[in-house]
Amino acid sequence: MQDKDKTRRKVLIGLTSAVGLSGIPFAATPFIAAWNPSAKAKAAGAPVKLDVSKMQYGQQIQVAWRKQPVFIVRHTKESIANLELAVPKLDDPNSDKIEELYKGLNPSRSRSPEYSIFSGVCTHLGCAPKYFPEIEPKPWDATWNGGFFCPCHGSMFDIVGRVFKGVPAPTNLVVPPHMFEGSILTIGEDKEL
Amino acid sequence: MSEMAGKLFSWINDRLPIVNTFERHLSKHPVPSKVNFWYLFGALAAVTLIIQIVTGIWLIMPYSNTEEQAFSSVEYIMRDVDYGWVIRYMHTTGASLFFAVVYLHMFRGLLYGSYQKPKELVWIFGCTIYLAMMAEGFLGYVLPYGQMSYWGAQVIISLFGAIPYIGESLELWVRGDYYISGITVSRFFALHVVALPLVLIALVFLHLVALHEVGAGNPEGVDIEKYLDDDGVPLDSVPFFPYKVLNALVAIGVFGIVFSIIMFFFPEGGGYFIEMANFQEANPLVTPDHIAPVWYYAPFYTMLRAVPDPLGGLIVMASAVAIFFIVPWLDRSKVASIRYKGMYSKIALTLFGVSFLTLGYLGTVGVTEVRKTMSVICTIIYFAYFLLMPIYTKYEKTKEVPERL
Repeated sequence: MQDKDKTRRKVLIGLTSAVGLSGIPFAATPFIAAWNPSAKAKAAGAPVKLDVSKMQYGQQIQVAWRKQPVFIVRHTKESIANLELAVPKLDDPNSDKIEELYKGLNPSRSRSPEYSIFSGVCTHLGCAPKYFPEIEPKPWDATWNGGFFCPCHGSMFDIVGRVFKGVPAPTNLVVPPHMFEGSILTIGEDKEL
Repeated sequence: MSEMAGKLFSWINDRLPIVNTFERHLSKHPVPSKVNFWYLFGALAAVTLIIQIVTGIWLIMPYSNTEEQAFSSVEYIMRDVDYGWVIRYMHTTGASLFFAVVYLHMFRGLLYGSYQKPKELVWIFGCTIYLAMMAEGFLGYVLPYGQMSYWGAQVIISLFGAIPYIGESLELWVRGDYYISGITVSRFFALHVVALPLVLIALVFLHLVALHEVGAGNPEGVDIEKYLDDDGVPLDSVPFFPYKVLNALVAIGVFGIVFSIIMFFFPEGGGYFIEMANFQEANPLVTPDHIAPVWYYAPFYTMLRAVPDPLGGLIVMASAVAIFFIVPWLDRSKVASIRYKGMYSKIALTLFGVSFLTLGYLGTVGVTEVRKTMSVICTIIYFAYFLLMPIYTKYEKTKEVPERL
């Protein structure tokens, strides 16, 4: 075979391979896309509504939004006043490290000064922190002022979901989009955003 | 009659290399004449793989991979299917013992330098098998959709979320839902029963083909290829069949006894083989008080926890597994076996073993300040064993390796 033919053959092999390879992303698309949440899963992830006026002061409840726990806490006046006490222990008291939806609106981090609404999924590895509202010494903190403690890896948060310094969780608990219509709270949707 | 059978056999043999393969890989395959018990765990791993495949196929039959049915179908297997409990406990015991024999098999590799030239690829295929096993074990643990299936998977899938920028969408993509739902369970089921077993079997095949190409090692680290008889067979070797096969049968018998004792009397392994929380159905709203991995992931889980930042933890944990792959190039020693290596290697391997076991223990218990410090120290020792290996293996005084086995 002549050198000219060899070059032609190389060009042809190169071109054929390139065209063949360019098909890979197209062929892979359905296999990758099939792993996205299906239409059914998306519909099941729609916003949830509930009436929060029946909650006791100091009570914490959890609702499932997208089957994930969302914590709602109704604060007393004292506990809102006590929020300042926790600040020296906090890693990010003003939520500067994360994209906070309602930053600076209320000390409760939500649309309402009385209620806190935040995700119950620990920002470390996704466990659900537990609510310990009592102001008393705890095995994990001798000067406990009330808040959330994650049983998995020992992360601590204050009563509005702000993370303590020196715990595994890197950021504050996430505040989901929400809105109030009277005493009806909608989680997962905020028309004003 | 026997003439007919002979004719039939040669008809087949002319078309399929039966005799050739039997001779090449069994009756004429030379293996070192002197090895010790450490060399039996490879065979035991193969036996366990077969147990897992057979029991796995039988478990697929009554199992249901939906959110509503997964947990109850496992209870159905345990209560209503005749001998279903034996098959399931055989599979769960098999999973733990698979890891146990593979850990011992890997330790043998470190002990006697089973990764050294020309066995680098055997070692790399082996490390890949271990990696695939870890994935296989994790996926399988999610299938019963118990509390620990759910929350364990939650922790592991959240690791993807630690990857910058793409993390969160990657998590959603892996789950296929906003939480670990039936959708996640059924895709994990497909991976656990079809995709990864295919990968595992292919890797085991490559592991063995590569091993038979370069020949098995021995605890002395003697190169048996140096002295050959007139037919080119190493003088210090015996044929694999029947010598090693019969030898392995004894080990398989003992292994079978241990296996049966666990399967019949301690199938939960005190909460280490099947965690107690997994006897409750998954509940996305309630985290169990104490989340611990099954024992065989515990050392790596401790490393994850030792680092305060999730991305850092993920990197440390992944490196801890990845570093095994480059061991053939970290060991600069002239000798293979620990018997002829110097004092530094012996101390290093001992410290490594102790730190690995300590990390394993720490992964199964809760966190305290002291334990946290211990896990950091053990993680450092673990990595130091590998990272300092080029130095201590190169500059230590080794003993002379004998010519013959």
